[in-house]
Amino acid sequence: MGVRSMLLAGADERDLTKLSEYRAIGGYEQVPKARAMSPDDLIAELQAATLRGRGGAGFPMGRKASLIDRKSPKPKYLVVNADESEPGAFKDREVMARAPHRLLEGCLIAAHAIESNDVFIYIRGEYLTEYEILAKAVEDARKAGIFGETNVTVYRGAGAYICGEETALLDSLEGRRGQPRPRPPFPPIQGLYAAPTQINNVCTIATVPAIIELGAERFREIGTPGSPGTVIFSVSGNVEKPGNYELELGTSMRELIYTHAGGITGGRQLKAVIPGGSSVPVLTPRQIDVPLDYDSLGAIGTFFGAASLIVIDDRCCLVQLALRSTKFYMHESCGKCTPCREGTRWMVQILEKLERGDGELSDLDLLGSVGSRILGKSLCALGDFAVYPVASYLEKFRAEFAAHVEQGGCPFGGESSVEGIFAPSDQHTHSPVAQVPA
Amino acid sequence: MNAATDELTKQVRKLAGQFPDSRSATIPALRLAQEHNDGWLDSESFEWVGDALGLTPAYCQAVASFYDMFHLAPVGRHSIEVCTNLSCALSGAQQVVDAFESELGVPPGETTEDGEVTFRTVECLGGCGYATVVSVDNRYRQFVKAEDVPSIVEGVRGG
Repeated sequence: MGVRSMLLAGADERDLTKLSEYRAIGGYEQVPKARAMSPDDLIAELQAATLRGRGGAGFPMGRKASLIDRKSPKPKYLVVNADESEPGAFKDREVMARAPHRLLEGCLIAAHAIESNDVFIYIRGEYLTEYEILAKAVEDARKAGIFGETNVTVYRGAGAYICGEETALLDSLEGRRGQPRPRPPFPPIQGLYAAPTQINNVCTIATVPAIIELGAERFREIGTPGSPGTVIFSVSGNVEKPGNYELELGTSMRELIYTHAGGITGGRQLKAVIPGGSSVPVLTPRQIDVPLDYDSLGAIGTFFGAASLIVIDDRCCLVQLALRSTKFYMHESCGKCTPCREGTRWMVQILEKLERGDGELSDLDLLGSVGSRILGKSLCALGDFAVYPVASYLEKFRAEFAAHVEQGGCPFGGESSVEGIFAPSDQHTHSPVAQVPA
Repeated sequence: MNAATDELTKQVRKLAGQFPDSRSATIPALRLAQEHNDGWLDSESFEWVGDALGLTPAYCQAVASFYDMFHLAPVGRHSIEVCTNLSCALSGAQQVVDAFESELGVPPGETTEDGEVTFRTVECLGGCGYATVVSVDNRYRQFVKAEDVPSIVEGVRGG
């Protein structure tokens, strides 16, 4: 377990944004190899590799490909989800900025597997620099004749977290408001333009060339049996050396935080770690001796998610952090499903009341009960993402929430590291906002 | 919108032809309209995009209003956006916001009196390991501290 470059291999030594440099390290050599295979054999190889989706859900990539209705008379589409917006995640951005051709090579292989000639890469609008790098890589590879019959279109989003949700992304790509669709039908049967569609995260697709190069069997020797391969871990918050670290799956969380990321800033005490991006349940310092893989994190009640660790030291008030997190999900709720749209607003109001010192102990139960009425009750998981962290803060740091009630205000007395935290200034002002009954 | 609109319409129709369904060109077309209308979308913009794509202006407005990067009211010539989500907040984004507010003389969400700079606080920009992230005219500045703010503002105003 430990450091191993796969997604970013060669990027420290060479400028892999240049086609010639990428080719010099064997780039695009897996495309003819994959194209020489039948789609059935290629899908079998991808399934054997058991590569799990890097976007957050961890669904096996090869299995997803096998679900595509390849007999459909309609075109098949491959869509790459580059709408990276989960707070804490910045790995896809690095792959696109430093190894864009590896992503494109993965696209060509994955497209062949599902008999698709049309690839769309949906990149979040804020990533303008990365869009330009990727668009140039597409142009260079196309001119060099690498794409063959395959069309690759890079599509810029326009600022909406929810478009990272796969069906919302499809609606956005179709020129609509990005709101999730009811399922079934699932995208492999009816996705983009109602045609069979495979949707994968940037890092998932960028791992595909390595699978073809090594073969499924050797690929599975990297990482853990249940979670093979490497992952780029995004580490942020109160650590000495925040940044991206590509490591084998199964590396210990303690090693990542204390060895690679240099430990807690200024030698302070660790208070909590959010392991997979802001939407997943938080861990306490006693829980960090855990291998970083899908199953191990699942076993301790959280999620591997987007492999994005937010490290929090003892200066942070968790009621404030919960409030900031919930304001984000409230802002990003697309408004389609009532439990998420209204529930996140209720949660914000209760947390504001607690932070002001106007809360009662019964508000802690009310917060939990509002959360339980959001969980699993909407078309997509955004509402759940608002609830998971807050419910876990409440469970693991209940005394801190209760202290806000007992002391009639924030026990940090204005000294919390996230004191005064802002909601976005374009916060949608819906009028009237439903108030939590007194 | 003005005489240049014909050329823009051509561009949008070409864009529309690149997708299996021309509706997919809505977001790129709105972006183009915004760029040519001093950074925001007015009712004429929606009429123009609608005409070019065979959609109603109301549809175009409905799409635009969904996305944070489309502006439905006038904005300054430049934009300064400070990320205040968790990782940046943990790393002192609030001090950066305060510094911009004092340097620009307007709170987040507003444009300076001279119409030069629109200052906003925004959600996660995807630079969490390089906090605090500030997007200046859509280009990221990373590891920004309060003391960097005066020179950023000076650079924007001079640019």
